[in-house]
Amino acid sequence: MLKNIGFVLKRELGAYFNSVVAYIVVILFLLITGALFWLNYFQQINLLSLRGFFSQAPLFLAFFAPAVTMGLFAEEKRMGTLELLMTMPLSDFEIVMGKFLAALSLLAVVFTMTLAYPITLSMLGDLDWGAVASGYIGLLLLGGTYAAIGLMASSWTRDQVVAILTAFSICFFLYLIDQLVGQPTGTMARVVDYLSTNSHFNNLARGVVDIRDVFYYISVTGVALLVAQVSIASRRW
Amino acid sequence: MSEDGNSRNDPSIVVDDVVKAYGDFRALNGINFEVQPGEIVGFLGPNGAGKTTTMKILTSYMAATEGTAQVAGFDVHASPDEVRQRTGYLPENVPLYEGMLVHDYLKFVAEVRGVEPGRREERIRRVVELTGLEAVVHRAIRELSKGYRQRVGLAQSIIHEPEVIILDEPTTGLDPNQIVEIRDVITGIGQEKTVILSTHILQEVSAVCDRVIIINEGDIVADDDLESLEDAVAETEPGLSVSFGPEADAETLKQMLVELEGVDDVTEEPGRRGTHVFRIETDDEETARRSLFRAEADHDHGMESLSRAQPSLEEIFRVYTEGSTEEGRRAS
Repeated sequence: MLKNIGFVLKRELGAYFNSVVAYIVVILFLLITGALFWLNYFQQINLLSLRGFFSQAPLFLAFFAPAVTMGLFAEEKRMGTLELLMTMPLSDFEIVMGKFLAALSLLAVVFTMTLAYPITLSMLGDLDWGAVASGYIGLLLLGGTYAAIGLMASSWTRDQVVAILTAFSICFFLYLIDQLVGQPTGTMARVVDYLSTNSHFNNLARGVVDIRDVFYYISVTGVALLVAQVSIASRRW
Repeated sequence: MSEDGNSRNDPSIVVDDVVKAYGDFRALNGINFEVQPGEIVGFLGPNGAGKTTTMKILTSYMAATEGTAQVAGFDVHASPDEVRQRTGYLPENVPLYEGMLVHDYLKFVAEVRGVEPGRREERIRRVVELTGLEAVVHRAIRELSKGYRQRVGLAQSIIHEPEVIILDEPTTGLDPNQIVEIRDVITGIGQEKTVILSTHILQEVSAVCDRVIIINEGDIVADDDLESLEDAVAETEPGLSVSFGPEADAETLKQMLVELEGVDDVTEEPGRRGTHVFRIETDDEETARRSLFRAEADHDHGMESLSRAQPSLEEIFRVYTEGSTEEGRRAS
């Protein structure tokens, strides 16, 4: 099983770096977060923390993760290659996981490149590396969640534009839900707080790794991947 | 080549009362057939007859609504992985990963299809040779001509040495030279393997297949060897096909043809722009041809060609179904 996931993963990564998509995503994400990082830095020059970066990254991720995943199923459906892939001795789970891990790996590459920011800061003074590590764990979890949602949206359509718009809407909704719903109270507040990708991320960005936040991301990721798997399997019926 | 599920003499493909329904529409009405190891079977029928649906069921891409199918001794529904390891498939329109190099693509298929790591390069070399891809191995698939794409599609379908190879319209959209080349490749593959290929071209079956299964509107109309098919073709009495240049007027030409000795009936057929094509029905081909040549020599109507007309699939169906299903279907 792992071997098969590996084959799919390897092929998708190859496809990413053979197309312009990977480079555009990497460059734009680095340009935008880089510009914001330095603007923040010069405004609060005495503050040696990545809080600015970690509070803005989720917003861009809600767009960039769907951009990375939009073609994974939609394009294969449009070209007809999914049919051939599904007649190979691969399970639907292996196909979905291979594609998901490819998207996550690309995001991980992008995140690795942003390590330039904390490294720069650490040369200027004493940086809290614990908070940085927890923030990066948060980015990876959030990136995974958005990528899974993107993959799910991609499995619903043969049109990449529809895929990215659907995924972006869901990601953005989950990101903003705590700000959209006015001043909720009681159960509503708990639901909104639970659903919001942002409130879970804020804990991690502060340096607090709470198992409940981790569980939230992993469960949303799991559900989205399961829906994607059912959606491609339904083509067999 | 011994496999757990299948001994050498068991049929490679068994299809038993397979029905496929999409809502109210029945794409397959309960079809039955068997294919023996080493046969090349042509699956012949017009577009929408159920050829592709049958193939999708055999490759376990799609589930049958009713009935069972076995490929290489395994049930397509109960053991899809076993079936997939033992089949190679080329879907219609040859879907390939455009951005990949031919070599990398074949390597990916070899990996996924379970070719052992040590044998992958050797298998790639072998199928590249077999399908004549040497010149383009290190080119991107998106740069390839239609003919080469088709070869890549064939190469991926045989890289894991499957027992059964399923090809959906493997020559559609190719030019005549490419068609001949691809047919040669398929014939080569078919020397060792069981091949089932679909087509709506009658000549294709005669050129490549040992046996033909004719399917129409979800029913198998005929399941016969090649000689019987050729007899059926002869029985259709397709008549003659004659074409004239643009100088003469269609009505005049038709009038002239009808009045010829030995000609029973004349129908105009669609032809190239500026040409008039007629189909001549006759009981006595010889007399009709002679009288036509005589008339042409006397009056010069600008005749461009004269040949024996090819029977259409519908005419073949008619021969096979004479008086039975055809009538039944009309009545219902």
